[in-house]
Amino acid sequence: MVLQSSLKNCLHLSCILRTPKAGFRSTTSGSLIIQSISNDVYQNLAVEDWIHDHMNLENRQVLFLWRNSPAVVIGRHQNPWQECNLRLLRQKNIKLARRRSGGGTVYHDLGNINLTFFTCRKKYERMENLKLVVKALKALCPQLDVHVTDRYDILLDRHYKISGTAAKLGRTNAYHHCTLLCNADKFVLSSALKSPYKGLKSNATPSVPASVKNLFEEDPSLTCEMLLDAIAEEYATQHQIDHHITLIDPADETVLPGINNKTKELQTWEWVYGKTPKFSVSTCFNMVYKDSVLDIKVDMDVKHGRIEVCNIDLPEQWLPPALSSELVKSLTGSKFCPNETTTLATTLLRVCPQDEELQNRWNVLCENMVTLM
Amino acid sequence: VCIHRVRSCSGIRFIKSKYVCVFDKSALKFSHQQRLFRTSAVSCGQIVQFKLSDIGEGITEVTVKEWYIKEGDSVSQFDSICEVQSDKASVTITSRYDGIIRKLHYNLDEIAYVGKPLVDIEIDASKGVSPEEDVVETPPMSHEEHTHQEIKGHKTLATPAVRRLAMENNIKLSEVVGTGKDNRILKEDILNYLAKQTGAILPPSPKAEIIPPLPKSETVPAAPKDRARKIPVPASRPIVFSGKDKTEPVTGFHKAMVKTMSAALKIPHFGYCDEIDLTQLVQLREELKPVAQVRGVKLSFMPFFIKAASLGLLQYPILNASLDESCQNVTYKASHNIGVAMDTEQGLIVPNVKNVQVCSVFEIASELNRLQSLGSAGQLGTNDLTGGTFTLSNIGTIGGTYAKPVILPPEVAIGALGKIQVLPRFNGKGEVFKAQIMNVSWSADHRIIDGATMARFSNLWKSYLENPASMLLDLK
Repeated sequence: MVLQSSLKNCLHLSCILRTPKAGFRSTTSGSLIIQSISNDVYQNLAVEDWIHDHMNLENRQVLFLWRNSPAVVIGRHQNPWQECNLRLLRQKNIKLARRRSGGGTVYHDLGNINLTFFTCRKKYERMENLKLVVKALKALCPQLDVHVTDRYDILLDRHYKISGTAAKLGRTNAYHHCTLLCNADKFVLSSALKSPYKGLKSNATPSVPASVKNLFEEDPSLTCEMLLDAIAEEYATQHQIDHHITLIDPADETVLPGINNKTKELQTWEWVYGKTPKFSVSTCFNMVYKDSVLDIKVDMDVKHGRIEVCNIDLPEQWLPPALSSELVKSLTGSKFCPNETTTLATTLLRVCPQDEELQNRWNVLCENMVTLM
Repeated sequence: VCIHRVRSCSGIRFIKSKYVCVFDKSALKFSHQQRLFRTSAVSCGQIVQFKLSDIGEGITEVTVKEWYIKEGDSVSQFDSICEVQSDKASVTITSRYDGIIRKLHYNLDEIAYVGKPLVDIEIDASKGVSPEEDVVETPPMSHEEHTHQEIKGHKTLATPAVRRLAMENNIKLSEVVGTGKDNRILKEDILNYLAKQTGAILPPSPKAEIIPPLPKSETVPAAPKDRARKIPVPASRPIVFSGKDKTEPVTGFHKAMVKTMSAALKIPHFGYCDEIDLTQLVQLREELKPVAQVRGVKLSFMPFFIKAASLGLLQYPILNASLDESCQNVTYKASHNIGVAMDTEQGLIVPNVKNVQVCSVFEIASELNRLQSLGSAGQLGTNDLTGGTFTLSNIGTIGGTYAKPVILPPEVAIGALGKIQVLPRFNGKGEVFKAQIMNVSWSADHRIIDGATMARFSNLWKSYLENPASMLLDLK
């Protein structure tokens, strides 16, 4: 049962009540279950940050339930070019977010639920959380064959991954979050998580691809709401609190002061792309120009999402050396980003010789460079 | 002197009893030694090896993924030092001490071991931090995570890092409004206070990891840290602003703009401005807006401005030309590819509507919609952004009346449109009426365009817009 109440009231409550509620002996009394009313991945990730940074979790724990409209979420130290099809994401308006926890890349949509278990650092314990989820699933649907692996995945029928895990530990607090596939779009998932970019070399954390399945496929009566409710109920039982879910609005500054700044930061290019560990791109592509196909070799080093070193091997004299070196010089230091490259190249064209043939070649080369990004 | 000694003695006793509550006896020995240490003159700091503390779940090794500091940086207690990763868990390691980083024991992507030194920190000895640190978890309630500060009998909550920032800037914490939990004073609050004092606009606050986490337990009355310094009460001294200048390289698109604008200023510009009465056009647009809406297109004023410009260019093709680099040849461009300046997150970009001379006002409006949505999504292609021959900049949507636009090479003319204002004007009968007035500011290349040509073009463009019906006569 979901009762609406303000988180603010609960937080104030935590300040006043220094002793556990009468009748409860568990050290986890006063724990809280909250659910986001937003489907925006950045807002929801910001809520996680906020709770991690601001809540006192010494004597209580928090379960945060959330769902997102289509988004790809990469781990803290991952490379988005390696992990997903950025071109497809842009075309289909699928958001890209980088979370603060480690681990691999996941696809979210409204058919996937996210659970975050907040504890103080000492009580950080992922296995327990996942066992709780499995227990809730089995209570809801006894015939389900689900179990937790030692890689902290939840597998269905011993084979299909239905949940992935990641965690973040700070000085005093920690959180463990995981996904749960109920009814997600598997087709978009697999195409979004398939990177078309070749020749990338980096030390970024790689994702481990896995076959996935929706719980809905095992039991068509299951919905996300049912799963959320079952897990909340199990959590409430284990933490000896009322089965009461508090709804929160991730845009409400009065309840979560400073939250909008956190949301904005998660959306900046510097965070999403700029935090990519240093990587190099070394690739050849065939460039079609008029009636010929040319072999172009490109080598680039990208650091903080910006092109540190750039080398383009063109057929001799295809572009006057002054022009090709101008392009390389301009790309150096520029963001490894299609929009940045396009606007940079088209702006530079204004001060290049106004020869139509030359300008066409320049445009074609730049368009091909953009496909690498 | 006598009184002073008594006071300091009682002060020490107070701290001692506090420590007894919190530490076990072995720690008490250290604090005793600490005091002796403090009273002797110490000139250099001591290097402390900050070891990687226990991560939990029996993990013994992690990978260092990011350093937030480098050797030589000064850190405060609770500042983030680095980010390490272990098996899908990302851990932020924060400093236990105030001091200067002297050595990083690992490079990026190296494996770090729990219990082994992570960084060496040089600590200022007068701060009296215990040199022995815990390898396992810090004991509960050991370091007080915040201190109460009693100023004028009013308790103010702030972390040591925040208090230090206030002190550096001669700010009384009692005068700062805290926006944290329980009116706690945050780093942002100090910065906002400073901004109000100096009238400065401060850059956005540094990344969340660097800001020390807010103190959690607020009801533990901790003893004030035994430091010699106190927050000085400023007389009428000006506030010292400790913000730093930020220098970054000009790269990418901005670098390209530098080149383009430098070339643009080599063009001898002359300006010509005028005032347009859009009263009739405003009414016409109101009538046509729903018609366009039905066809799925948002109709602004720009399509009219663009089409009128194209009609004018048919009469004065020199304005749609290009001068070669040596200024030997003028090329009259056949297509009217009219650029529309767009303000995006990146800055100013100018996509153009191709072949306006054969487009209807509706087609122009539709194309503008397409370019605008691609522009705001950051997905404009090379074709949309190249080949322009003439540009209009509707700066009036942001504000302003007259402007001095800069010609975008290789073009030879540009027009800047101010905002539409309702102003009183006289009509033919000498009566005052409400007119919708917009100002236009043209700039043209004086090497091939003379004032008279610009003026006549402007008059023609103006007449089409002031009497929209006249456009019908010349539409092809």
